[in-house]
Amino acid sequence: MKTLVIEPGLAERHYWRDLWRYRELFYVLAWRDISVRYKQTIIGLAWALIRPFLTMIVFSVIFGQIAKLPTEGTAPYSLMVFAGLLPWQFFSTALSESSNSLIGNANLISKVYFPRLIVPTAAVVVSFVDFLISFVILIGLMIYYQFLPGWQILTLPLFVIMAFLASLGPGLYITALNVKYRDFRYIIPFIVQIGLYVSPVGFSSLVVPEQWRLLYSLNPVVGVIDGFRWAVLGGQTPIDWNAFMISWGVIVFFLCLGIRQFRKMEKSFADLI
Amino acid sequence: MTKDFAISVENLSKSYFVGHNTAKGERYTSLRDVMARNAINLARKTRDMFRGQAIVQGDEIEEFWALKDISFEINRGDRVGIIGRNGAGKSTLLKVLSRITEPTKGRIEINGRVASLLEVGTGFHPELTGRENIYLNGAILGMSRIEIQKKFDEIVAFAEVEKFLDTPVKRYSSGMYVRLAFAVAAHLEPEILIVDEVLAVGDMQFQKKCLGKMEEVSNQGRTVLFVSHNMAMISNLCQKGIMLEAGRLVFQGRISDAVLHYYQKQNEQNVRASKLFESDRAALINGELIGLSSASDISIHEQLVVRMRYKIKKPVDGKCVPNFHFSAANGTCVFVSNADGVTVTTPGDYIADCKVPSNLLNEGAYFVGLALTTYLTSGSFEVDFFDQNALTFNVVDPMDESSNRYGYAGMIPGVVRPKLIWNIHQDIK
Repeated sequence: MKTLVIEPGLAERHYWRDLWRYRELFYVLAWRDISVRYKQTIIGLAWALIRPFLTMIVFSVIFGQIAKLPTEGTAPYSLMVFAGLLPWQFFSTALSESSNSLIGNANLISKVYFPRLIVPTAAVVVSFVDFLISFVILIGLMIYYQFLPGWQILTLPLFVIMAFLASLGPGLYITALNVKYRDFRYIIPFIVQIGLYVSPVGFSSLVVPEQWRLLYSLNPVVGVIDGFRWAVLGGQTPIDWNAFMISWGVIVFFLCLGIRQFRKMEKSFADLI
Repeated sequence: MTKDFAISVENLSKSYFVGHNTAKGERYTSLRDVMARNAINLARKTRDMFRGQAIVQGDEIEEFWALKDISFEINRGDRVGIIGRNGAGKSTLLKVLSRITEPTKGRIEINGRVASLLEVGTGFHPELTGRENIYLNGAILGMSRIEIQKKFDEIVAFAEVEKFLDTPVKRYSSGMYVRLAFAVAAHLEPEILIVDEVLAVGDMQFQKKCLGKMEEVSNQGRTVLFVSHNMAMISNLCQKGIMLEAGRLVFQGRISDAVLHYYQKQNEQNVRASKLFESDRAALINGELIGLSSASDISIHEQLVVRMRYKIKKPVDGKCVPNFHFSAANGTCVFVSNADGVTVTTPGDYIADCKVPSNLLNEGAYFVGLALTTYLTSGSFEVDFFDQNALTFNVVDPMDESSNRYGYAGMIPGVVRPKLIWNIHQDIK
């Protein structure tokens, strides 16, 4: 039998192994949030479909019909919007859910031990399920427009992972800080709102002038959305690899920062929450 | 190096920062003052944030030691009760032991899987059904899905909620809720179980069931740490005790001694506060135990005298009868003794002595309640005072010849252990 030593400041030696041992809790927490989500609603799961669908219509009308922004290649404007909206919704809900996840589970944090990293990660997984549901709309749109994607669609999982990591990094960072300073709770909705217009959700990133493109891709969501559109629309616009790599760089940077901050503060969560 | 201990704690300390408001009583200050103070607070909070410190409300910040230099060792299979008044640091200690919070100083070594039960129904989700919550709660407490599946029926039967398994727990009565929560926790199978005050729930019958389950758990050789304010429960369940006071460990030893220690401390504090034990007719002056060998111990073979000094203030139309109430550490009343042949009615100071014969009470801690009851000539009676746990003593067995142990060194059960008359002779037909 192994001896467990508890000392102040002693980093968990078996941190990642512990995380693996508690993987069931991870499923269970995600499952809890999913099954609770649409309880006592009339149309239930349909909410996950209606919200992105309506947003897509609004965006197509405003950006496509009124502002008359160009689409990518020959793709219908609504399809182009939805191919961007899908990862954006995933990113934004994942970010806000994971940022509030620790506070939302305060009773668990202060009463039971488990690797805290499970909580925000499970929150991201919950948003992923919503993402999968809205994916049905994308398929519906493709059938409606009789749009056949190319081989590029097979690379889609790569971009899903990218969106996952892009939201997890800042999510971890903010949720840890949120425990200590509740101010972040009010900052997040704000970030998400601005992000919607700063990122190429309702329009193509081709709208952004060429010389600003690299700077623009410092926003990690730009890389995610561009990649998504490339995969879904069958490579109507080639990926700008430099911009793509910059996005990845930013994502990895935030992920490392998030994990570091989270682990540094993890032990004091129960005292601060 | 032998690893016989389950938990070893060395110089454990834990501090928190607490804030005070210095400007007390200034409730109605001017707007200008309020704004000035808020500005100062804002500046301080911002500074704290940049230094990475937590925000503490209040003008003055003080370091508070919830635990200070605590060291102890718990052997495998021990059932240990942790007692102390509110704020003594019991819950903090459990939180540190179960890794929920980090100690400020010191070192802890733990051998074996720990499960802690600091609150019943942690993580229950009101919208989920009973069935779903069993899985959820089980996973949170560290059970695997297969483990839960195996014990599912047992858990449901224990909680007595078969009919409502598919009802959301928000529709449960509070009793059902708690029963289900405890049932899940009770079926954990860790090597070390840490329990905080969770048995104080449900009706008497269910409490008994819980206690039985806890005993069963510890009889399987698991180590149990148990915090409670219920001395009866704790002395029933545990063999050893640790007493904390203001974050320090003040006593460690057998549970009966620890409980005794606890009551003595409490009485010390009560004495100063109590002028309560009197009526317009009579008053308690003090109580005393005569025959103790050390501070509170008395050999099982010794006679004990309980002495009560009291005052009768005015002539009474009736008889003032002293009576002593003996109870065991777990709260069970052992017996009540009324004074013999009382005739006294005139005012004055009195001493009532009551001899408790040797070889009557079993080993363990006992409490004596001192009371005076007046039986009026009109036929009614009134209690003048009753100091419930006025005196405490601990009966110990010197384990000599007259203990009739024949080499057996364990605990002999029972509240009393009288010497009865035995007669053994060979049966010659």
